[in-house]
Amino acid sequence: MNRLNELFQHKKEPLLSIYFTAGYPDLNSTLDIAEAIEKAGADFMEIGFPYSDPLADGPVIQNSSQKALQNGMNLTILFKQLKELRKRVSIPVLLMGYVNPVLQYGVKNFCDSCAAVGVDGVIVPDLPMVEYEEFYKDYFIDNAISNIFLVTPQTSEERIRKIDNLSNGFIYLLSSSSTTGKNLTVSNEADAYFSRIREMNLKNPTMIGFGISDQKSFNKAAEYTRGAIVGSAFVKFLDTENALQRIPEFINSIRP
Amino acid sequence: MNREFISSSVKWGVNPKGYFGDFGGAYIPEMLYPNVEQLRQQYLNIIYEPDFQEEFHNLLKDYVGRPSPLFHAERLSARYGTTIYLKREDLNHTGAHKINNTVGQILLAERLGKKRIIAETGAGQHGVATATVCALKGLECIIYMGEIDIERQAPNVARMKMMGAKVVPAVSGSKTLKDATNEAMRDWINNPIDTHYIIGSVVGPHPYPDMVARFQSIISEETKKQLFEKTGSENPDIVMACVGGGSNAMGMFYHFLDDQDVRLIAVEAAGLGVNSGESAATTLLGREGVLHGSRSILMQSDDGQVIEPYSISAGLDYPGIGPQHAHLFKQDRAEYVSITDDEAMQAGRLCSELEGIIPAIETAHALAQLEKMIFTGKESVVICLSGRGDKDLDTYMNYFNL
Ligand SMILES: Cc1ncc(COP(=O)(O)O)c(C=O)c1O
Repeated sequence: MNRLNELFQHKKEPLLSIYFTAGYPDLNSTLDIAEAIEKAGADFMEIGFPYSDPLADGPVIQNSSQKALQNGMNLTILFKQLKELRKRVSIPVLLMGYVNPVLQYGVKNFCDSCAAVGVDGVIVPDLPMVEYEEFYKDYFIDNAISNIFLVTPQTSEERIRKIDNLSNGFIYLLSSSSTTGKNLTVSNEADAYFSRIREMNLKNPTMIGFGISDQKSFNKAAEYTRGAIVGSAFVKFLDTENALQRIPEFINSIRP
Repeated sequence: MNREFISSSVKWGVNPKGYFGDFGGAYIPEMLYPNVEQLRQQYLNIIYEPDFQEEFHNLLKDYVGRPSPLFHAERLSARYGTTIYLKREDLNHTGAHKINNTVGQILLAERLGKKRIIAETGAGQHGVATATVCALKGLECIIYMGEIDIERQAPNVARMKMMGAKVVPAVSGSKTLKDATNEAMRDWINNPIDTHYIIGSVVGPHPYPDMVARFQSIISEETKKQLFEKTGSENPDIVMACVGGGSNAMGMFYHFLDDQDVRLIAVEAAGLGVNSGESAATTLLGREGVLHGSRSILMQSDDGQVIEPYSISAGLDYPGIGPQHAHLFKQDRAEYVSITDDEAMQAGRLCSELEGIIPAIETAHALAQLEKMIFTGKESVVICLSGRGDKDLDTYMNYFNL
């Protein structure tokens, strides 16, 4: 049982998670932002590690990733920064990024490093489920790292069941198949899809991400799931003046 | 058609899990999974249906103009002191091998009920070939092309527009082929229902590398017959082709893979030189990793960031190679060599002057390799003349001050 599992067990109110890119806007802003997110009352966070070719991301996260790389961020530096993580942050922390940097770092190494710094879960959207199951699962389980899978309205019921069986943490629902930074799709189909998932009575809790940008979309997500994840809207906000001091303001605008 | 003949090599082809040895697979986010999985389940059934095969071969014959000639290039042969044949993919409709694949994929897209076609392009040849088949079938066509390539391949941009395609500039990263591919994949993520992505080379998640290789395998299928008619033997001693992602090379190698005594030579772009930092010589400079949905060999930094490649030729300006090539490279079935910008440009001019054939700069890389080889005089060599140089005239004119 890691911090993430405990959070989902104990907290009953809608959960809010915040995504940001490590090394953006400055190489060393990672932990300051993480600490501010916790202080502002978010329930957990996802720290993105940048990749040169983020093909599931829209312009905002493409830009933060590129800037982070220019600032010199990479996994080795990130894990060095995260050595201080658990001195400053107590809520669950996930890492999110693409598979190639993880493969080059070594998947086992990566999981060991996550555990060593107190990371609770990982989201690697382009790590295929079959490869995870066949080659890598044990590294995650041995380190109590939750591997989080995505589900879209086009994901078949059979596949969702399989994902549910392989998951330990939560399942990440997309309101529609999209890159990051689009607005939450509010439609009858989306409602039907969220209801369908709810009625499947999955073992794992669900959260909605991609396109959550304000109180309205957050509330919509919380109607159907345990809560929502805000990414692009937050990364965009980080670009505004005095953003670090104003993080509580941002969190309040999503979940007062 | 005899299914045995067209099926993939057991040793060198794709396995049931979608891998060529250590390479391949489908490293894609969930948003792409339903479309890629549908393709995986259906591509072989669809493309080997008699009605598909009939339409495919009729279009290749009457629309593309196949079979493309196998030409005995006498003056090039005399110059290098051996027997050289050129497989004339430049004579295909639209001027390159790329159309073999787009004809196949458009028929597949139709049978999958897709209404909207997207593609990436580097040199513009694949974009033109895609726009062409979309016009033929009356389907909406969106082409992603790096901003830099839009400039250096202007005639092809105009051709795509003439045929009603929308050309969208890719402005991220190096603004070339890799970035155009990212944009096409993002489009597909955002349009999961009605869209088919026609990938232009033997890259991408399984089943693309295998599927594109099958469509391009017509190149070696014809070559065997034509060579037999000319020489009484199906097999040459050496087969050569240039490699960007690797589709013309894979098509040219395909039916020779199991003929162990046929030497296969794949020519990559060295750009300004393999040690110059401005290169696209993937096998020399790359390591194993994942790019655009498959495990292969790619140019990358120690921490797994893709290195922006460089070549004078837009079609070879790509930091990876298809997974089947990675397999042939690792297992030493094919030799991977590289040619600089200057060597390619000279070879392009030489072929023009000696044979009256102006090759694409991509193709000129394969021709340039002849300069580096030592022949006894008894070899027969087949080179895939993957495309014509019309699109490159600006680059040739600037380079040679014509
Ligand atoms: C004429 C020609 N040859 C070769 C290539 C390289 O592609 P591939 O390696 O897939 O054959 C291109 C790509 O645009 C091309 O236009």
